[in-house]
Amino acid sequence: MTTAQVQDARYSWGGDEHIFVELAEDMSLQANFRAMAITKLLREQRPDGVLEICPANASYQVRFDPDVIEPRALLAQLQDLEKQVGDAHELTLPTRVLEIPVLYRDPWTTETLMRFRDRHQDPEATDIEYAARINGFADADEFIAAHSRSPWFTSMVGFVAGLPFMFQMVPRERQLVVPKYLRPRTDTPKQTVGYGGCFACIYSVRGAGGYQMFGITPAPIYDPTQKLPDFSDFMVFFRPADIVKFTPIDRERYDAHLAEVEAGTFRIRTRPVDFSLQPFLDDPDGYNARLLEVLRAD
Amino acid sequence: MPIEVRKPGLSTTVQDAGRTGYYDLGIPPSGALDQYSLRAANLLVGNPVGAAALECVYLGPQLVFTEPAVVAVAGAEMAPRVNGEGRPLWESFDVRAGDVLDFGYIKAGARAYLAVSGGIDVPEVLGSRSTYGLGALGGLEGRPLQEGDTLPLGAGDGTAGRSVPEDLRPALGKDNEVRVVMGLYDHRLTEAGRKTFLDTTWTLTPVADRIGFRYKGPALETVEREQPFGAGHDPSNIVDAPYPIGSIQVPGGVEPIILHRDAVSGGGYMMIATVISGDLDVVAQSAPNTRTRFIELDLDAALAARADHRRRVQRLHEALG
Repeated sequence: MTTAQVQDARYSWGGDEHIFVELAEDMSLQANFRAMAITKLLREQRPDGVLEICPANASYQVRFDPDVIEPRALLAQLQDLEKQVGDAHELTLPTRVLEIPVLYRDPWTTETLMRFRDRHQDPEATDIEYAARINGFADADEFIAAHSRSPWFTSMVGFVAGLPFMFQMVPRERQLVVPKYLRPRTDTPKQTVGYGGCFACIYSVRGAGGYQMFGITPAPIYDPTQKLPDFSDFMVFFRPADIVKFTPIDRERYDAHLAEVEAGTFRIRTRPVDFSLQPFLDDPDGYNARLLEVLRAD
Repeated sequence: MPIEVRKPGLSTTVQDAGRTGYYDLGIPPSGALDQYSLRAANLLVGNPVGAAALECVYLGPQLVFTEPAVVAVAGAEMAPRVNGEGRPLWESFDVRAGDVLDFGYIKAGARAYLAVSGGIDVPEVLGSRSTYGLGALGGLEGRPLQEGDTLPLGAGDGTAGRSVPEDLRPALGKDNEVRVVMGLYDHRLTEAGRKTFLDTTWTLTPVADRIGFRYKGPALETVEREQPFGAGHDPSNIVDAPYPIGSIQVPGGVEPIILHRDAVSGGGYMMIATVISGDLDVVAQSAPNTRTRFIELDLDAALAARADHRRRVQRLHEALG
């Protein structure tokens, strides 16, 4: 993979308090990296009157107080940052690589998906059997292998509190693509590992959802009571740019982790790492192997 | 404990001016959906404008005061009663220890704000006392009031008998005009689709809560295209993007949804316009079946409307100063 020629960003007003910036119409790690880079610089400059800076998959938005900062002056500042960042290939982001254990085909998401078969493309199959079939895998086991082999880049945090959107760090021809449900469910178990379009997600809270459900993680990722050690600083675990390895676990391991959560000792395995776009694009598989070495090292 | 909740009402939550700075992690501003009425109620009882009050939706709570207080109700036409005896809206009045405060049936609007001198003194979380229900955060244990709850109060020194002049009370009707700035993904609509959006009188459905307000009306025509990678299969799908507060999304090209102050922070449906900040108060007071027209403003007109709104707030402060 090489860095693509970047197109000009598209700027739009979101009422009197938002500027919305689309860096690309289609999803790519490069578009996401540019969103991260621009919003990182804006955070460092933090002009008066800027209230919220929200990086997203291939876009970002800024909420501002137009009584403090003139909207067109802010727009010009954002356009300058776009030029400064360019294609972002030289940028290095200090971030984390972390491991999310997943009980694929667990009883709880299976029970839930069975209740909503009338809203699904393939009522005769489970979500993961359907995803395996339309992505050309022989069975769900092969699909799980592909899903858990290469790491994922957290391209956006949001929808609801602390929910990560993750984009798999593989060339586009190896990306898994699965449509969302035909009509959204009214229920999704907390900590469901889901999939929609080209994005994996982890549902941080129980509620409505339209992503396919593949499994569940015992790892809490949102804790407004901040009881577990992972939440001593903040109630949301995930940050944009977190690099995630899904690790399949069995029911015994899942129950053991749950007991650790109950005891207040559970921690998500996390290691600091620097991520650079160009070396990754030059050799994705080699780069990913090194990322996983960092995760495994003690 | 100063206030006991005897009946919780349909969905009564503690709300203030809201929080700032966590939307990038999916935590929305929350706060009173009608910020003008919250401000008026607080000014009436001598509170700071952003003090926490109760947001009462459609059907108000029944509360027992265990200490004397000064209270005021602003917003929806849901007249307060003390021990069964009517009290005026938009005016501060005394309650004594042992008094029972409840509400008559709602006659207009959707949300009434009950401010109590001293403010509802639940703990601040992320700089606000507002309830964010989806995230079980803030307010009273992150949820609407329940029977048997007690609400702590701060120290206050309100005065009874203060009132908001008639001309500073918002008109509440079943026909609303809501001003919007078009943009975001409105290029996904055809000329006809855009015209349909602006020419239709939309009807608010019962799906109208702190997250969003969904409207019924004709389908909006979208421009045909090959969907970009990662955007999803429906023509209304986009690569999941941030949603501005007040943005209007149109999943499947039907039933536009205005996201309000407990918004989901992002997602994969095209947004075609954003309600100007001051008119979010108008949306907040819309009950199901309210007829709504969307009026297009450009940025300069939106900023002029914002300045008008600010002058009105200034007059409110002068009237109650």
